Amino acid sequence: MTASEILDWAVNAGFAMVFLAVALAFFRLVKGPSLPDRVVALDIITVAIVAFCGLAAIRSGDPAFLDVALVLALVGFLATVALARFAERYVDRRARALEAKESEE
Amino acid sequence: MSTLIAAAFVLIGSLFSVAAGLGLVRLPDVFIRMHAGTKVGTLGSGLVLAGTAIHFADPAVVLRTIVIVFFLLTTAPIGAHMIGRAALRSGVPAWGKDKTNGELRRLKAGRR
Repeated sequence: MTASEILDWAVNAGFAMVFLAVALAFFRLVKGPSLPDRVVALDIITVAIVAFCGLAAIRSGDPAFLDVALVLALVGFLATVALARFAERYVDRRARALEAKESEE
Repeated sequence: MSTLIAAAFVLIGSLFSVAAGLGLVRLPDVFIRMHAGTKVGTLGSGLVLAGTAIHFADPAVVLRTIVIVFFLLTTAPIGAHMIGRAALRSGVPAWGKDKTNGELRRLKAGRR
């Protein structure tokens, strides 16, 4: 077995394992139970896809996939921050609506 | 030789990615699950990208992987902090006998 064959095997095994990680995170995304759980699952899916881009760069021999990984790391962070702020303000708004309803009665 | 080292990095990194996914499914509450996501996930991706850098052994590629890992390392704690604060403030129940969350909710109710 030559070294490049071993690398090919390792990259294939890595693809399978990263797929498995995304599938497990997707299970948590579907199951929930709360909104922050889903945000955490989405964050992990983004990080796993960054690893996936590195594997794709080795497999195809084309470093352009690393640019995809770079953009994905930045956009994934923005998505996480936006969703976390949404989760926080969603609860605040619901509490305020509840208070307004109570003061009406 | 460098090919074998790259293969080892890729394999170990993918194993850590699976550990992150398993932790996300198996751990008991949001605050503990975030550890799986931010620490293990970042380590797995970082190792795979290190393997990519060793495989290409080209200054442009190495610089790009360093930048990606730098961004992952700086953004993961900030994102985790924001999700954790959102979870705590929205009253997601903590696992076990920890009553911190209920206490916080009572404090907020008193302040209003």
